[in-house]
Amino acid sequence: MIDKLIYYYSNYPTIRYSTVVLALVSLCAALLGVTLVLKRFSMIGDGLSHVAFGATSIATAASFTPMYIALPFTTVAAVLLLRRRVGAKIQGDSAIAMLSAGSLAFGYIVLNLFPSSSSNVSGDACSSLFGSASILGIKRSDVIICAILAISVLAVFIFFYNRIFAVTFDESFASATGTNAGFYNTLIAVITGIVIVTAMNMVGALLISALITFPALSAMRVFRTFKGVMICSACISVACSLIGTIVCLLASTPVGPTIAIANILAFGIFSLTGWITRGRTAKNTNQ
Amino acid sequence: MSLIKCEKLTLGYDGRAIVENLNFVVNAGNYLCIVGENGSGKSTLMKALLGLCKPISGSITFGDGLKKNGIGYLPQQTVVQRDFPASVYEVVLSGCLNSCGFSPFFAQKHRAMARKNMELLGITKLAGRCYRELSGGQQQRVLLARALCASSRLLLLDEPVTGLDPKITHDMYSLISKLNKSGITVIMISHDISAAAGNASHILHISHTPLFFGTSSDYLQSDIGKKFAAADVNGVAGVNGVGAETANRGTRK
Repeated sequence: MIDKLIYYYSNYPTIRYSTVVLALVSLCAALLGVTLVLKRFSMIGDGLSHVAFGATSIATAASFTPMYIALPFTTVAAVLLLRRRVGAKIQGDSAIAMLSAGSLAFGYIVLNLFPSSSSNVSGDACSSLFGSASILGIKRSDVIICAILAISVLAVFIFFYNRIFAVTFDESFASATGTNAGFYNTLIAVITGIVIVTAMNMVGALLISALITFPALSAMRVFRTFKGVMICSACISVACSLIGTIVCLLASTPVGPTIAIANILAFGIFSLTGWITRGRTAKNTNQ
Repeated sequence: MSLIKCEKLTLGYDGRAIVENLNFVVNAGNYLCIVGENGSGKSTLMKALLGLCKPISGSITFGDGLKKNGIGYLPQQTVVQRDFPASVYEVVLSGCLNSCGFSPFFAQKHRAMARKNMELLGITKLAGRCYRELSGGQQQRVLLARALCASSRLLLLDEPVTGLDPKITHDMYSLISKLNKSGITVIMISHDISAAAGNASHILHISHTPLFFGTSSDYLQSDIGKKFAAADVNGVAGVNGVGAETANRGTRK
C-alpha cells in the first residue's frame, strides 16, 4: 500500500501538485468557514458555489479559462449576498435559493446549447458539480495560482485576525467603536468568492460546503476559544484533505466526495470527543 | 464644555422622521437615562450618538476631546453571540481595537487594560471560560468590561438588564452606579422608568418628540414623570420588585 503511494508520488508530478493544492484550498476554506458558520452564512457559501457553476459553464462554452469568468461573477454575487441590507424586500435565505436554482438552470442550459470541444455534456456537468473524477488533470500553473490565493487568504486572516473576530462576534459594537465593519464584510465576501472558485475545480460545486462548514463545526464541538477553533479547524481540514487524497489514490474514489466523507467522519469523532469531555467538565463543576 | 450636545436633532430612516427636535446636553460625570416606550426612537437616538445612522437634521457635537469612536458601547445581545466559541478574555480584549490604530495586533498595554477592566468588574476568574457558557449576568459584565476597554470616559448602555432576574438586575444597576461615581459618564437606554429615575442623574423621556429632559428629581415631580412612574410601580415594577424599591428610594430623595 505504501509502496503504491510512493510509486504514485515519485512518478506523477500532477499527484504531488494536486495534493498540495487540495491542502491549501482546504486550509483557506476552513479559516473562512469559522467566520461564515458563526455569522450564520453557511448557506451563502452553498449558494455561491452554484453561481460558480453557472459562471464556469459560460466559460466552458466560450472556451475561456473558467477561473477568469467564474472568479469575478462569484465574487460579485458574494458581495451582493453578504452585504444585503437588513429589511430588504426578499429575505436572505429566499434570495440564496433563487440565485442557486437560477444559476444551476442557466449553467446547464448553456452547457447543452454550447457543448465544449469534448462534446460530453453530462461529463462536463458532472465534473463541475462533483469535482474531477481523477486528480491527474492538475497543471503546474494551477498549483501556482492556488498557492498565491492561499497565501493571500492566510495573510488576510493573520493580519486582520483581531478585526475579523470583532466583526464576527459583534458587528454593531465593532462599527460603533470605529472598526469599518462594511469593509471587513466585503473582504470576507471577496475571500468567499475566491475560495469557492478555487475549490470548485477540485471538489466540485456541490461539495464545497463540506470544506467550508464541517471543519469549523467539528472544531467548535471541542474548542471554546476563537483562536482554538480557528487553529483546530485549519488542522482538521488539512488532515482530512490529505487523508482524502490518499484514500482516493488507493481506492480510486472521486476526490471531492472522498474528502467530504473524511470531513463528515472527523465531525463524528469531534462530536463524540466534545460530548465526552463536556460531560466530564459538567460533572466536575457539579461536585 | 459638555461631552455631547444635541441641537434640534431629527432622526429617522429614508427621510422619514422617528424622533424630532431633540435638544439635550450630557456633561462629564452625568448619568443620563433615555426612557420611552418601544418604537419611540430610543434605539435610533443611540445609533445616531454612535455614528451608525446620520441625523436628518440638527447636530450632535462631541466636546471635551471626546472622539467619535471613543464611546464604550454595550449593545443588546444578538443570536450570533449565544453559541459563539470565544473566551471571556478574547471578548474583553476585542474592546481595545479602537486604540490599535493601524496596527493589526494588540500591544502589551491593551492586554494590561483588558486585565484591569476584568479585575474591576470581578470577572478575572472567568478569563479562560467560554462566553457562551456564562450566565446572563456574567455575560453582561463581560460586555461591560469590553465597553470599558473601548472608553474609560463615556459608556452607552442599551437596555443592559434585559432578561436578567431581579437580583442580578439590582447588582447590574449598582455596578453601573459605581462606575458612574468613579467618574465615567453613563448614557443608558431603558424602559424601566422607575429604576431609571432612581439611579440616573438626568432623564430624557422621548416619544417621537422629547417629553422631558432634566434631572431625575425634577422628572419625578413633573406630570409626565408622575404618570409613568406610577404606572410602572403598579405594572412592571410590581412584579420584579427591584424597580419599585429603587423608585421609592428615588422619590424619597
